[in-house]
Amino acid sequence: MATQEVKAMLPGVFYRKPAPDQPNYKNEGDAVDKGDVIGLIEVMKSFHPVVCEYSGRVKAFRAENEAAIAPGDVLAEIEEG
Amino acid sequence: MALSKILVANRGEIAVRIIRAAKELGLKTVQAHSDADASSLAVQMADEAIEIGPATAKKSYLDIEAILAAAKKTGADAVHPGYGFLAENADFADAVESAGIAFIGPSGDVIRRMGDKAVAREVAKEADVPTVPGSDGVFEDFDRAKEQACAIGFPVMIKARAGGGGRGIRIAGNDGEFLALAPQAAAEAKAAFGDGGLYFEKVIERARHIEVQILGDGENFVHFYERECSLQRRRQKIWEEAPSTALSPQAREGLCASAVALAAAVSYRGAGTIEYLYDDKSGDYYFIEMNTRIQVEHPVTEAITGVDLLCEMIRIAGGEPLALRQSDIATHGHAIEARINAEDPANNFLPFPGCIEELRLPGGPGVRFDHMLYQGYQVPPYYDSLLGKLIVHAETRKKSIARLQRALEELDMGGMKTTAPLFRVLASDPDVRAGNVHTKWLEPWLESNAHKLEQQKGNLP
Repeated sequence: MATQEVKAMLPGVFYRKPAPDQPNYKNEGDAVDKGDVIGLIEVMKSFHPVVCEYSGRVKAFRAENEAAIAPGDVLAEIEEG
Repeated sequence: MALSKILVANRGEIAVRIIRAAKELGLKTVQAHSDADASSLAVQMADEAIEIGPATAKKSYLDIEAILAAAKKTGADAVHPGYGFLAENADFADAVESAGIAFIGPSGDVIRRMGDKAVAREVAKEADVPTVPGSDGVFEDFDRAKEQACAIGFPVMIKARAGGGGRGIRIAGNDGEFLALAPQAAAEAKAAFGDGGLYFEKVIERARHIEVQILGDGENFVHFYERECSLQRRRQKIWEEAPSTALSPQAREGLCASAVALAAAVSYRGAGTIEYLYDDKSGDYYFIEMNTRIQVEHPVTEAITGVDLLCEMIRIAGGEPLALRQSDIATHGHAIEARINAEDPANNFLPFPGCIEELRLPGGPGVRFDHMLYQGYQVPPYYDSLLGKLIVHAETRKKSIARLQRALEELDMGGMKTTAPLFRVLASDPDVRAGNVHTKWLEPWLESNAHKLEQQKGNLP
């Protein structure tokens, strides 16, 4: 099984949930399909979904909720399958 | 209490503006900043700088304790909140004042009353300021409110008392929709703002956004005439001007007098803005809200009145009485402000937090550019996208549009994507040139003119 990386396309702040009082989009170990939203990037007060390009299982999140991120930073690892 | 040192609890172009005003008044300045803003223009310009936390605004510019600690540590005797962030946070104003530091703005109590949109509406009514027809304050009985809405006429906007900036608004087109949407709106307002209180207002179609600048010292109140800000995208103003092309002298007089009456009704202290919807057809105007702070677009008023509003609000916070009477305030010519944002208008206004590799600024007669830029500046992604405000002033509206076009040609920010091309196209649009716009004009225009909004480099040879 190949491990794929989901990378940030934009700089900003990474969020793992749609709103502070809601659960995470995905947790480690969850099944994920291509096209699923796994987080948000806030850039200049506008929110952009992080869409997973792979199907399989979330192996690990590499960026924490509310972390400052730069383009190209790895946000999550996906175990394809 | 004469002030000696101001802590700037904000960032970006308004921090630069505050520092300039404070220095001209002979005051020392301290720039409070997040770690992401350590090399900002405001930090470079201030006499001192102090870090208040990490990039995320919640942990820096919105952290009341961190800002208070910074003010105490640096010995500041006043705090200027700018706009946005904590500028209209009543608890912040109270906390600053209880620490024995002057808050450059109104009292926490006034911020609280005008920040509750339903209370503000009632205050306006009591001061005989026309309000949009709607509920008497917050309604609790949905059926009775529905009957009231039927009497006033649909469509109506259901709004959260704790909302603002267009958040939490629902539009009901008939009584059935009203009854379906009201409970949803209440639940959502409770979740979003911790307060489910709702009121409703009739939807005014094809209105202009016109607002009146006021200043008060708690006892005396003056207005600085109006600004028109009808060109909006997602309820965000992008082009502001003064005077409005729509007002007759009598309408202007009535509007401005009502703003002064409202300021007096709350014994207002500092700079404030009363916002109205203006119906061209009937000539009616309606209060929508009061902003208890300096606004982004204050420079167009400064341009036509010649008054430095930042200096005046700082003086008032220092305990000085209002230096101007109404008869001292007159307007000259016409001014326009274009908001230069780090957004790509050709790509659905996608934010563009890039690097300012090249910078050529506009100048010459009647041109002011309030900004936060320098060559090599990396625009941080953590805050709003406003880079600067291009303000032009000339004898007539037509001449100020020509001046805007000329200044936009001079402005060059290298590879940065900004909203500058949008203004180049808007300035040559027949409706804009004729002043024939309303608050719902820009969004459909953007849909049909998207192809014209490609980035152009400076147009000079």
